[in-house]
Amino acid sequence: MEVGLTQILFLSTALFFIGVYGFLTRRNMITMLMAVELMLNAVNINFIAFNKYLWGGKLDGVFFTIFIIAIAAAEAAVAIAIVINIYRNFGSIDAEDADSLKL
Amino acid sequence: MEVSNIIFYLLCAMILGCGLMAVTTRQIFRAAIYLLFCMMGVAGLYFWMQYEFIAAVQIVVYVGGIVVLIIFSIFLTHRVGNDLAEPEYKRTLFAGLASLFAFLLFWSVIKRNEFFGEQPSGELSVRRIGEEMLNYKQGGFVLPFEVVSILLLAAMIGCIVIAMRAQTEKN
Repeated sequence: MEVGLTQILFLSTALFFIGVYGFLTRRNMITMLMAVELMLNAVNINFIAFNKYLWGGKLDGVFFTIFIIAIAAAEAAVAIAIVINIYRNFGSIDAEDADSLKL
Repeated sequence: MEVSNIIFYLLCAMILGCGLMAVTTRQIFRAAIYLLFCMMGVAGLYFWMQYEFIAAVQIVVYVGGIVVLIIFSIFLTHRVGNDLAEPEYKRTLFAGLASLFAFLLFWSVIKRNEFFGEQPSGELSVRRIGEEMLNYKQGGFVLPFEVVSILLLAAMIGCIVIAMRAQTEKN
Protein backbone atom coordinates (compact mmCIF):
# COMPACT_ATOMS: atom_id res chain seq x y z
CA MET A 1 0.00 0.00 0.00
CA GLU A 2 1.38 3.38 -1.03
CA VAL A 3 1.99 5.59 2.01
CA GLY A 4 0.19 8.90 1.80
CA LEU A 5 -1.54 11.40 4.01
CA THR A 6 -4.20 8.89 5.08
CA GLN A 7 -1.68 6.50 6.62
CA ILE A 8 0.05 9.30 8.52
CA LEU A 9 -3.31 10.52 9.81
CA PHE A 10 -4.07 6.98 10.98
CA LEU A 11 -0.81 7.00 12.95
CA SER A 12 -1.43 10.40 14.54
CA THR A 13 -5.06 9.56 15.44
CA ALA A 14 -3.99 6.28 17.05
CA LEU A 15 -1.22 8.03 19.00
CA PHE A 16 -3.63 10.74 20.17
CA PHE A 17 -6.14 8.23 21.52
CA ILE A 18 -3.38 6.20 23.17
CA GLY A 19 -2.59 9.45 24.99
CA VAL A 20 -6.27 9.94 25.89
CA TYR A 21 -6.44 6.37 27.23
CA GLY A 22 -3.35 6.95 29.35
CA PHE A 23 -4.67 10.26 30.66
CA LEU A 24 -7.97 8.66 31.71
CA THR A 25 -6.55 5.54 33.35
CA ARG A 26 -3.41 6.82 35.08
CA ARG A 27 -3.70 8.45 38.50
CA ASN A 28 -0.04 9.32 38.92
CA MET A 29 0.65 12.95 37.96
CA ILE A 30 3.93 12.25 36.15
CA THR A 31 2.40 9.51 33.99
CA MET A 32 -0.55 11.78 33.23
CA LEU A 33 1.96 14.40 32.07
CA MET A 34 3.57 11.76 29.85
CA ALA A 35 0.17 10.98 28.29
CA VAL A 36 -0.31 14.68 27.55
CA GLU A 37 3.07 14.74 25.81
CA LEU A 38 1.94 11.83 23.61
CA MET A 39 -1.16 13.79 22.60
CA LEU A 40 0.91 16.89 21.78
CA ASN A 41 3.18 14.74 19.60
CA ALA A 42 0.19 13.39 17.70
CA VAL A 43 -0.91 16.96 16.98
CA ASN A 44 2.60 17.84 15.78
CA ILE A 45 2.62 14.89 13.37
CA ASN A 46 -0.69 16.11 11.97
CA PHE A 47 0.58 19.65 11.39
CA ILE A 48 3.76 18.42 9.70
CA ALA A 49 1.91 15.92 7.50
CA PHE A 50 -0.64 18.49 6.32
CA ASN A 51 2.13 21.00 5.69
CA LYS A 52 4.03 18.46 3.60
CA TYR A 53 1.18 17.00 1.56
CA LEU A 54 -1.34 19.81 1.15
CA TRP A 55 0.48 23.07 1.81
CA GLY A 56 3.62 22.67 -0.27
CA GLY A 57 5.90 25.69 -0.39
CA LYS A 58 4.46 27.32 2.72
CA LEU A 59 5.66 26.99 6.27
CA ASP A 60 2.63 27.57 8.51
CA GLY A 61 2.45 23.97 9.76
CA VAL A 62 6.17 23.91 10.48
CA PHE A 63 5.90 27.05 12.59
CA PHE A 64 2.89 25.72 14.47
CA THR A 65 4.94 22.64 15.28
CA ILE A 66 7.96 24.64 16.44
CA PHE A 67 5.80 26.79 18.71
CA ILE A 68 3.93 23.77 20.07
CA ILE A 69 7.26 22.14 20.95
CA ALA A 70 8.42 25.33 22.71
CA ILE A 71 5.16 25.62 24.66
CA ALA A 72 5.29 21.91 25.53
CA ALA A 73 8.76 22.42 27.01
CA ALA A 74 7.53 25.36 29.12
CA GLU A 75 4.46 23.38 30.18
CA ALA A 76 6.51 20.35 31.21
CA ALA A 77 8.88 22.50 33.28
CA VAL A 78 6.04 24.26 35.14
CA ALA A 79 4.10 21.01 35.59
CA ILE A 80 7.10 19.26 37.11
CA ALA A 81 7.76 22.19 39.46
CA ILE A 82 4.14 21.94 40.62
CA VAL A 83 4.36 18.13 40.95
CA ILE A 84 7.47 18.37 43.12
CA ASN A 85 5.80 21.02 45.29
CA ILE A 86 2.74 18.77 45.69
CA TYR A 87 5.06 15.92 46.66
CA ARG A 88 6.57 18.11 49.37
CA ASN A 89 3.16 19.04 50.75
CA PHE A 90 1.24 15.77 50.45
CA GLY A 91 3.99 13.14 50.36
CA SER A 92 2.50 11.59 47.26
CA ILE A 93 1.85 12.57 43.65
CA ASP A 94 -1.31 10.55 43.20
CA ALA A 95 -4.04 12.78 41.76
CA GLU A 96 -6.52 11.35 44.28
CA ASP A 97 -4.41 12.34 47.28
CA ALA A 98 -4.22 16.06 46.50
CA ASP A 99 -7.80 16.80 47.57
CA SER A 100 -7.52 19.60 50.13
CA LEU A 101 -9.69 21.89 47.94
CA LYS A 102 -12.55 19.38 48.17
CA LEU A 103 -15.31 20.03 50.68
CA MET B 1 6.80 -2.68 -1.75
CA GLU B 2 9.17 0.22 -1.71
CA VAL B 3 11.82 0.61 0.96
CA SER B 4 10.46 3.97 2.11
CA ASN B 5 7.04 2.40 2.75
CA ILE B 6 8.62 -0.38 4.79
CA ILE B 7 10.52 2.22 6.82
CA PHE B 8 7.27 4.11 7.42
CA TYR B 9 5.50 1.01 8.72
CA LEU B 10 8.46 0.13 10.96
CA LEU B 11 8.40 3.66 12.43
CA CYS B 12 4.64 3.35 12.82
CA ALA B 13 5.00 0.11 14.77
CA MET B 14 7.74 1.63 16.94
CA ILE B 15 5.72 4.77 17.76
CA LEU B 16 2.45 2.98 18.49
CA GLY B 17 4.01 0.05 20.34
CA CYS B 18 6.20 2.21 22.57
CA GLY B 19 3.34 4.69 23.11
CA LEU B 20 1.00 1.91 24.17
CA MET B 21 3.61 0.45 26.52
CA ALA B 22 4.27 3.93 27.97
CA VAL B 23 0.65 4.29 29.08
CA THR B 24 0.07 0.71 30.23
CA THR B 25 3.27 -0.47 31.96
CA ARG B 26 3.17 -0.65 35.75
CA GLN B 27 6.73 0.52 36.33
CA ILE B 28 7.03 4.28 36.04
CA PHE B 29 10.69 4.31 35.05
CA ARG B 30 10.01 1.91 32.18
CA ALA B 31 7.12 4.14 31.12
CA ALA B 32 9.57 7.06 30.81
CA ILE B 33 11.97 4.95 28.72
CA TYR B 34 9.14 3.80 26.44
CA LEU B 35 8.12 7.45 26.07
CA LEU B 36 11.70 8.26 25.07
CA PHE B 37 11.66 5.64 22.30
CA CYS B 38 8.24 6.84 21.17
CA MET B 39 9.64 10.37 20.79
CA MET B 40 12.62 8.97 18.88
CA GLY B 41 10.17 7.25 16.54
CA VAL B 42 8.34 10.53 15.96
CA ALA B 43 11.68 12.20 15.19
CA GLY B 44 12.37 9.38 12.73
CA LEU B 45 9.03 10.08 11.10
CA TYR B 46 10.04 13.72 10.62
CA PHE B 47 13.29 12.53 9.05
CA TRP B 48 11.22 10.25 6.82
CA MET B 49 9.18 13.27 5.71
CA GLN B 50 12.47 15.13 5.01
CA TYR B 51 11.84 17.80 7.62
CA GLU B 52 15.27 17.45 9.19
CA PHE B 53 15.14 20.66 11.19
CA ILE B 54 11.93 19.66 12.96
CA ALA B 55 13.40 16.21 13.62
CA ALA B 56 16.47 17.80 15.21
CA VAL B 57 14.28 20.10 17.34
CA GLN B 58 12.19 17.09 18.37
CA ILE B 59 15.26 15.17 19.50
CA VAL B 60 16.84 18.13 21.30
CA VAL B 61 13.72 19.35 23.10
CA TYR B 62 11.69 16.19 23.70
CA VAL B 63 14.30 13.45 24.01
CA GLY B 64 17.04 15.60 25.47
CA GLY B 65 14.89 17.95 27.53
CA ILE B 66 11.43 16.84 28.53
CA VAL B 67 12.08 13.11 28.97
CA VAL B 68 15.21 13.80 31.00
CA LEU B 69 13.21 16.25 33.15
CA ILE B 70 10.54 13.59 33.67
CA ILE B 71 13.17 11.01 34.64
CA PHE B 72 14.67 13.45 37.18
CA SER B 73 11.27 14.09 38.71
CA ILE B 74 10.65 10.32 38.90
CA PHE B 75 13.89 9.96 40.85
CA LEU B 76 12.84 12.78 43.18
CA THR B 77 9.37 11.42 43.92
CA HIS B 78 9.53 7.61 43.69
CA ARG B 79 11.36 4.76 45.29
CA VAL B 80 12.98 2.67 42.58
CA GLY B 81 11.32 -0.73 42.29
CA ASN B 82 7.89 0.29 43.57
CA ASP B 83 5.21 -0.55 41.03
CA LEU B 84 2.31 1.76 40.32
CA ALA B 85 -1.08 0.75 41.67
CA GLU B 86 -3.30 -1.26 39.36
CA PRO B 87 -6.04 1.04 37.95
CA GLU B 88 -9.62 0.13 38.72
CA TYR B 89 -11.10 -2.39 36.32
CA LYS B 90 -14.13 -0.21 35.59
CA ARG B 91 -12.01 2.82 34.81
CA THR B 92 -9.73 0.86 32.44
CA LEU B 93 -12.74 -0.63 30.67
CA PHE B 94 -14.55 2.65 30.13
CA ALA B 95 -11.42 4.62 29.20
CA GLY B 96 -10.46 1.91 26.70
CA LEU B 97 -13.94 1.79 25.18
CA ALA B 98 -14.16 5.60 24.97
CA SER B 99 -10.76 5.92 23.25
CA LEU B 100 -11.48 3.00 20.93
CA PHE B 101 -14.84 4.34 19.77
CA ALA B 102 -13.51 7.88 19.36
CA PHE B 103 -10.63 6.46 17.32
CA LEU B 104 -13.00 4.45 15.11
CA LEU B 105 -15.17 7.54 14.57
CA PHE B 106 -12.20 9.70 13.58
CA TRP B 107 -10.79 6.94 11.41
CA SER B 108 -14.04 6.45 9.52
CA VAL B 109 -14.16 10.20 8.83
CA ILE B 110 -10.55 10.26 7.60
CA LYS B 111 -11.03 7.17 5.43
CA ARG B 112 -14.13 8.52 3.77
CA ASN B 113 -12.54 11.88 2.99
CA GLU B 114 -10.41 12.29 -0.09
CA PHE B 115 -7.61 14.82 0.00
CA PHE B 116 -7.46 16.79 -3.21
CA GLY B 117 -4.15 17.89 -4.59
CA GLU B 118 -2.24 15.56 -2.32
CA GLN B 119 1.34 16.12 -3.41
CA PRO B 120 4.35 15.75 -1.15
CA SER B 121 6.46 18.88 -1.24
CA GLY B 122 10.23 18.69 -1.24
CA GLU B 123 12.86 19.38 1.34
CA LEU B 124 12.78 22.35 3.64
CA SER B 125 15.87 24.46 4.08
CA VAL B 126 16.76 25.80 7.51
CA ARG B 127 17.59 29.12 5.86
CA ARG B 128 13.97 29.57 4.82
CA ILE B 129 12.72 28.77 8.32
CA GLY B 130 15.07 31.36 9.79
CA GLU B 131 14.10 34.01 7.27
CA GLU B 132 10.39 33.39 7.79
CA MET B 133 10.74 33.39 11.56
CA LEU B 134 12.24 36.88 11.63
CA ASN B 135 10.10 38.21 8.79
CA TYR B 136 8.07 41.19 10.01
CA LYS B 137 6.14 41.75 6.78
CA GLN B 138 2.74 40.28 5.84
CA GLY B 139 2.66 36.56 6.71
CA GLY B 140 5.85 36.64 8.75
CA PHE B 141 6.24 34.94 12.10
CA VAL B 142 8.15 37.46 14.19
CA LEU B 143 5.19 38.25 16.48
CA PRO B 144 4.50 34.65 17.61
CA PHE B 145 8.26 34.22 17.96
CA GLU B 146 8.42 37.14 20.40
CA VAL B 147 5.30 35.96 22.23
CA VAL B 148 6.83 32.51 22.71
CA SER B 149 10.04 34.12 24.00
CA ILE B 150 8.04 36.02 26.63
CA LEU B 151 6.16 32.83 27.48
CA LEU B 152 9.41 30.93 28.02
CA LEU B 153 10.70 33.73 30.26
CA ALA B 154 7.45 33.70 32.24
CA ALA B 155 7.63 29.91 32.61
CA MET B 156 11.21 30.12 33.82
CA ILE B 157 10.38 32.77 36.43
CA GLY B 158 7.28 30.80 37.43
CA CYS B 159 9.32 27.65 38.01
CA ILE B 160 11.78 29.54 40.20
CA VAL B 161 8.96 31.12 42.23
CA ILE B 162 7.18 27.78 42.72
CA ALA B 163 10.39 26.07 43.76
CA MET B 164 11.43 28.90 46.11
CA ARG B 165 8.25 29.30 48.15
CA ALA B 166 8.65 26.09 50.12
CA GLN B 167 12.21 27.10 50.98
CA THR B 168 11.18 30.44 52.54
CA GLU B 169 8.34 28.82 54.48
CA LYS B 170 10.76 26.40 56.03
CA ASN B 171 12.87 29.31 57.28
